[in-house]
Amino acid sequence: MAEVLVLVDHVDGTVRKTTLEMLTIARRLGEPSAVLIGAGFDAAKEVLAQYGAEKIYRVESAEVTDYLVAPKVEVLAQLVGSASPAAVMIGSSFEGREIAGRLSIKIESGLITDAVDVQAGQGGGVRTTQSVFAGGFSVDATVTKGTPIITVKPNSAAPEAVAGAAVEQVVEVSISEGAKAARITDRQPRAATGRPELTEAAIVVSGGRGTAGDFSQVEEFADSLGAAVGASRAAVDAGWYPHTSQIGQTGKQVTPQLYVAAGISGAIQHRAGMQTSKTIIAINKDDEAPIFELVDFGVVGDLFKVLPQATAAVMAAKG
Amino acid sequence: MNIVVCIKYVPDAQADLTFNASDNTTDRLGVDGLLSELDEYAIEAALKLVEGAGGGDESKVTALTVGPGKAADAIKKCLQMGAHAGVHVSDEAIHGSDAAATSLILAEAIKKIGSMGAADLILTGMASTDGTMGVIPAMVAERLGLPQVTLASELTVEGGTVTIRRDGDVASETVAASLPALVSVTDQINEPRYPSFKGIMAAKKKPVETWSLADLGLDASSVGLGAAWTKVESFTKRPPRAQGQIVTDEGEGGTKLAEFLSAHKFV
Repeated sequence: MAEVLVLVDHVDGTVRKTTLEMLTIARRLGEPSAVLIGAGFDAAKEVLAQYGAEKIYRVESAEVTDYLVAPKVEVLAQLVGSASPAAVMIGSSFEGREIAGRLSIKIESGLITDAVDVQAGQGGGVRTTQSVFAGGFSVDATVTKGTPIITVKPNSAAPEAVAGAAVEQVVEVSISEGAKAARITDRQPRAATGRPELTEAAIVVSGGRGTAGDFSQVEEFADSLGAAVGASRAAVDAGWYPHTSQIGQTGKQVTPQLYVAAGISGAIQHRAGMQTSKTIIAINKDDEAPIFELVDFGVVGDLFKVLPQATAAVMAAKG
Repeated sequence: MNIVVCIKYVPDAQADLTFNASDNTTDRLGVDGLLSELDEYAIEAALKLVEGAGGGDESKVTALTVGPGKAADAIKKCLQMGAHAGVHVSDEAIHGSDAAATSLILAEAIKKIGSMGAADLILTGMASTDGTMGVIPAMVAERLGLPQVTLASELTVEGGTVTIRRDGDVASETVAASLPALVSVTDQINEPRYPSFKGIMAAKKKPVETWSLADLGLDASSVGLGAAWTKVESFTKRPPRAQGQIVTDEGEGGTKLAEFLSAHKFV
């Protein structure tokens, strides 16, 4: 059975849930091989083995980790050459899509971004499903050239624990001088919020213009549900919340089980980032806000009155 | 400084986007289009750089696009904002091109522009507002063998080195590269200007070149739907979401919300 390369998304060996989802999806197409670039092999190995990685390609060279995108592309291109995989899967983050795009040109292979489902196609290929035009259409596509490269959106599958051999294979890389042209000269880690990562969270609570800059009630409600906190572009542009929390076309696209929009009108750009959520709730003063067209449950009212009451009720229900 | 900005003419996001049933490509003719909003940030960044370099006769910002005839409108907007020249690659054979083919056309056009004066910087937006793949900058950089300095929310050029700040999920990084380089910018980097009356008048006299594939030495069979590396097999319109339950808060909105959460096992 052919290998399927899965680029591991991790921070110092702490593997993100999207990778486990991709390992699960990869098993539909072949034997999952994890590609682990950077430090933290021992910690990552344990988790990758639990979720079915048959092989782990280990790359630790600073030649890769100190530079942007291009060296990772060379590593993947080298592995595609030696392993002839059935597909390459990469998480659909900003950097993931860049790696995939560059790899596509380097190995002259078709690329599909932001897949929400991947299945084995007829005759051995892959067939992907994407959600396009702000979630308005669902598109099925196939790759017709080379080794399929697919970026997979978070929450596209439930991770299934299956023991894998996780055989370590150290990869000696030779990175070209050209790929080392964009050097990372400084790195300031973000302060941890203690909340789940936005794209991975089962529940997301977002605030918009209606918060008038006060996210305290949004955060308290989110914490009562163990949710991640997001923000609309209006709130980010006003400087009320960091850009990394922005939901929408130019921010994160999320597909949680539950999305709560507080004080967000629901412009098309915002909808593009959350329309595919399973259940949607909105709280807005304006009963004509377009967000109400999407909701399963909506409250026309002031979020500063509705949210604290809801938070108290949730806390009481949890005991 | 010589800057080429890659821009895209996109269907209006407010319009009902759909596909051509005959060949599963995006319907670009049935809806109004405009310059992709995210490209305005790239044009603004380019203008700021050449203005900062003291203007000077040698500084030049060229807006480059690949697209149908109407895409000329997007170039016009860039010229009105202050870009100095435009290049429009247009050819029937381009219809249905995927990202890989589009990046090929852009790369060849950038080379041809460079033959008239080498570009120091290639600037792009972070993604288009229609396809939203965000892969073209990486693909063009790979084709041209340029350093990729992408997703900049701050950008400076000094002494032949470009430096950006890139805000990721786990860290904020500073990335540096020697020119020439390809830089993509986010919507956090600046506030794009509106064209002034003077800018609108001046744009009418600015040079716009229209090139065909043959002008770039590209064969029609290397681009277009037939040359695509992926194939859309089918598309289906997402059914509209069923109308949900809406309550007006009369003092119990929060309680009702919590009851909904409990009933649906979120609590």
